[in-house]
Amino acid sequence: MKRYLLLFVLFVSGIAQAQLTIQISRGADNPTRIAVVPMATQGLALSEDISQIISNDLEFTGQFAAIPRSDMLSFPRNEAEVHYRDWNVLKAEYLLIGSVEQRAGRYYASYQLFDVLGQRKVLPKLSVDGTEAQLRDLAHHISDKVYETITGIRGIFSTKLIYVEAFQQKGTKDKYRLMLSDVDGARSRLLLESAEPIMSPMWSPDGRRVAYVSFESNRPAVYVQEIATGKREQLTNFRGLNGAPAWSPDGQRLALVLSKDGNPEIYVLNIITRQLTRMTNHFGIDTEPSWTTDGAGIIFTSNRGGRPQIYQVNVATLQVERVTFDGEQNTRGRVSPDGKSLVMVHQRGGTYHLAAQDLKTGNLRILTETDLDESPTIAPNGAMLMYATRFGGKGILAAVSLDARTRVRLPSKQGDVREPAWSPFFN
Amino acid sequence: MITKSLKQGLTLAVIMSFLVGCSSSSTQDDETTTTAPVVSEETYNEVEEQAPLETIVYFDFDQATLKPETRALLLAHADRLKSSNASARLEGHADERGSREYNIALGERRANAVRDFLVLQGVSASSLEVISYGEERPLATGSDESAYAQNRRVELKY
Repeated sequence: MKRYLLLFVLFVSGIAQAQLTIQISRGADNPTRIAVVPMATQGLALSEDISQIISNDLEFTGQFAAIPRSDMLSFPRNEAEVHYRDWNVLKAEYLLIGSVEQRAGRYYASYQLFDVLGQRKVLPKLSVDGTEAQLRDLAHHISDKVYETITGIRGIFSTKLIYVEAFQQKGTKDKYRLMLSDVDGARSRLLLESAEPIMSPMWSPDGRRVAYVSFESNRPAVYVQEIATGKREQLTNFRGLNGAPAWSPDGQRLALVLSKDGNPEIYVLNIITRQLTRMTNHFGIDTEPSWTTDGAGIIFTSNRGGRPQIYQVNVATLQVERVTFDGEQNTRGRVSPDGKSLVMVHQRGGTYHLAAQDLKTGNLRILTETDLDESPTIAPNGAMLMYATRFGGKGILAAVSLDARTRVRLPSKQGDVREPAWSPFFN
Repeated sequence: MITKSLKQGLTLAVIMSFLVGCSSSSTQDDETTTTAPVVSEETYNEVEEQAPLETIVYFDFDQATLKPETRALLLAHADRLKSSNASARLEGHADERGSREYNIALGERRANAVRDFLVLQGVSASSLEVISYGEERPLATGSDESAYAQNRRVELKY
């Protein structure tokens, strides 16, 4: 007899209030100073402060410092009103101006970016449109453009985040939620709620689906859910562990962990043919698979050498080689989008750090200093990673740049937040 | 107390074996002799079940080997399982250190260690279900050794 649990799927947006807020805990040594002038709105009352969202986005990377509005000497609405000396005085390196208009129910945000030191326009007047519900999307779009223009790296402000929220309090029933939000934590909405644990969410490479582990049937099983429709399918129901799903780069296969044959082993499930191929064969624990960028290898954690370390199996030959050697243990490896670094949870001296290993030289770089950091997920532009940590006795999300220079926290108002999964680019 | 309930149990056993004897005798005689002791044994165990047993065994960090001090408790559980027709769910758990999926695997190892011990003592493997929650369901909150020690466990649930 199956015990049925409180479990429902919501796929209407705007259900939950924003629950994560950003706190910059450490910025870059020399952040780029940018003035984001409040957008001219021609008397329109907007539900979102677009300029503020852009400032917050840019500061989130730690690479930028936004000049406070209260310091600004003028609020230019167009190019003719820009006086470089006003911005030189404030030591602004870049200046973003813009305006929002409403036509036939749609909002049009136009913007221009100036290089203050060079006294020249670096982005010609551009415009982006959307509905009122998309005002935040317009802001994130502009942030992406500005970031890419200045740094040469694609911006991640229009990407999304999936994470798990857990409510575990004495006297109340446990509650687990799978949440979707903007990458800054805003516009969070519920994807799944259950009284049993939800774990290991991971985006499909096309950004349309999420794979995760749910214990809703009183046993772990791997599910795939369409984000837009909420439609979901249970993919596995084997005896023992059914865990750690990881999409292949082509989106057609899932690497996962099954212990149906007695030990936790890495398998690959072809989603279309449902063919299951065993990748590892060892009496130790093999878990946490993650594909290499070319799809030819699977990185995984194994304690076959004693303590857990990271290994790689060749998908075609099934040959296994060890990848990490530094520290007491290394777990949950993820390869960066450029294929050059391996990000992992690194333990030395009883403390858990996030670290990045150069896959060519083998050099290891410690990225975070706090204790108990886990579940790193890399931004699709490879410049930042999000992870779970503990702060003030609660599980929260935090982000760090891959050069370890900047760090931000996204504290939650309620519950323990964990297991972030950074989406791919959507277009 | 114990002798009193034991007496009641034995009385019950006698009545039960008598009843079983009666019902079985109408079919086959040799069955009567084999069935009767089983019934009395079951009744005897009803008495013993009243003695509460601890249902949690603890483990060392990143270890799935049973500690010597848990042996007596697990032997008692083996007896209970063998003498009743009960089945048990063995729920493996880990402390919050280490990654979540690794801890799920570790929790399963711990629960398997308990299962293997019980099976070695003669408990039927089919009466035992293993599940791991890893670090997802801590008994104690907090990030210190005392909380960790309480969370590295297998719970036997009947």
